[in-house]
Amino acid sequence: MSLRYAGIVYRKELTEALRDRRTLISTILVPLLLFPLLSVGFGGLASVLIGQARQETPKIMLLSGADSPRLAEKLRALDQLQVVPSAANWKQQIENKEIRAAVEIPPGFEAQVTQNRLARVTIYSYEGEIKSTFAANRIEKFLKGYRDDVVKTRLAAKNLPEDLLQPFEVKLENVVPPEKVGGAALGGLVGYMVILLCMTGAMYPAMDLTAGEKERGTMETILSSPISRTQLVLGKFFLVLTASLATAALSLFSMGVSFWAMNRLRVFDMAGKGGELAPEHLKLSLGAVLAVFLMALPVAVLFAAAMLTISLFAKSYKEAQSYLTPMTFVIIIPAVASMLPGIELTPKLAVIPILNVSLLCKELMVGTYHWSYIALIFLSTSVYAGAAIFLAVKMFQRESVLFRS
Amino acid sequence: MIEARGLCKRFRDKKRGEIHAVENVSFTCQPGRVYGLLGANGAGKTTTLRMLATILEPSDGTATVAGYDIVAQPEKVRASVGFLSTATALYPRLTAQEMVEYFGRLNGLDEATLQWRVAEIFARLEMESFRERRCDKLSTGMKQKVSIARTLVHDPPVMIFDEPTLGLDVMTARTIIAFIRECRDRGKTVIFSTHVMSEVEKLCDTIGIIHDGKLLAEGALAELRAQHGEQDLEEIFVKVVGPHHTGAGEN
Repeated sequence: MSLRYAGIVYRKELTEALRDRRTLISTILVPLLLFPLLSVGFGGLASVLIGQARQETPKIMLLSGADSPRLAEKLRALDQLQVVPSAANWKQQIENKEIRAAVEIPPGFEAQVTQNRLARVTIYSYEGEIKSTFAANRIEKFLKGYRDDVVKTRLAAKNLPEDLLQPFEVKLENVVPPEKVGGAALGGLVGYMVILLCMTGAMYPAMDLTAGEKERGTMETILSSPISRTQLVLGKFFLVLTASLATAALSLFSMGVSFWAMNRLRVFDMAGKGGELAPEHLKLSLGAVLAVFLMALPVAVLFAAAMLTISLFAKSYKEAQSYLTPMTFVIIIPAVASMLPGIELTPKLAVIPILNVSLLCKELMVGTYHWSYIALIFLSTSVYAGAAIFLAVKMFQRESVLFRS
Repeated sequence: MIEARGLCKRFRDKKRGEIHAVENVSFTCQPGRVYGLLGANGAGKTTTLRMLATILEPSDGTATVAGYDIVAQPEKVRASVGFLSTATALYPRLTAQEMVEYFGRLNGLDEATLQWRVAEIFARLEMESFRERRCDKLSTGMKQKVSIARTLVHDPPVMIFDEPTLGLDVMTARTIIAFIRECRDRGKTVIFSTHVMSEVEKLCDTIGIIHDGKLLAEGALAELRAQHGEQDLEEIFVKVVGPHHTGAGEN
């Protein structure tokens, strides 16, 4: 079958799409700005806020401790904490964020320590509140240091070596390259975002080219031309697919630029914290990203055809929106499910659309290529996509759908 | 030439059951003549014309348009037809020239022929001044000219007009009427539907009165006047339709 006429429809739809502000926003602007805003913008803002929280000298309260002057004095002498006079409403003050934490030193604490009896110091904080958590952590760190000093003193008193209580050290060391660490940490997210953006990229053009055409009264115009309905659907389908893939490609590009910018700006260094999201771990392999994109291809075909079919059924743009919005949940749920920890590809899961590609993306991002799964997923998704195109063509041949009133 | 033979169209409606929109309609339209399909709203005019333009498929019966069967060769029929109605809008984000070129390409014209045809039509319809303007920025009159150019670009031998003047101001409606006459004078087969009596009187060589999906009377205006003993077309229409009027088919 010659695709000449589908090509004519495609070129015309592309011309119109590039002149439509709403299509340009959903296909180009949103994917280009989403990641920089989410990562550099929000990430940077979060880092700055965390940094500010760290720099604050938190106010804390000492509850009792009159008979333990040495500990109280050491706490007061700390630069990182500001001890304020105790008050009866200390709980209220923590809740109101007037003070960040309170320390309860039990009566006779120092005497108990001297007599080698177990004593308990309690730190009160506002769990989940970042500044309170920082204050509690500082107090805990100080108390652990103090406890270590007590242990050292006890050992020295008995002429025992300091490392008696530490027969060996435990060291945790990463052996995989940074790309794999980045893939494991962000792989699920990358797959999810690509699938989500393939869908959002397809959504607006799909509605515009079907329900929008009915609403504007151009459906009858095009149906009166000699082009076959199959060629007409294919022309429209290729445009929706282009929009979907362009959105996904632009989003991957902007994601790459965002990671690069985060590394350059050392966004996470500002927070003074390394760990999982340290800049050296934010590397993603280009090959893996391309593999994810390749696997997204049949998904984009599936979305383009399915959305074209569903929105063709609608009489107006508004009606199409009300049909496609619930569909986003059907797509998002398996994509999110793939991010749950512990879910891995099995032969059964490999034939569930969307979920299979999301799970595979996770594996691809860490550089694992299960070729049998890749073939099965590509094949099954292509079958679903082919069925969706077939359905779209059938729908375009139904008068009751085209002239629904 | 158009030859309709026993055209039927039935729709399924959830509330009303099966609806017979067009029932056993047969007629012939000759080249160089205008056939007027006269009927009230919901009489079956649009459905009949949509079937002739192969936008809808007949439930029964068939027709030949320019020698092609509407059921067996719908794409060839569409390539031989220029279809214009108030429902055939323009693509708002295309320019007037892009709109006409698009339909020329869909009708299989090669680039050289297309450019020659577009230049000729734009000159004939005096559309040069808004050639590059987007369709959503055009006045109603300009839009109608673009629609006319769109139907003419492939020089079809058959023209189908479905209530082409509906909702238009007098001046724009006159442009359309003049265009229909021109088509006839150029030897094209023309069929058009309307419920405006004066348009039928002015334009049509043959008149078909359609009601509740049935073609109730057919003939030249003089023949209808002689048959029904009335001079006024409206009176003739009422005489023909009156005994069959139930109001069921009205929109």
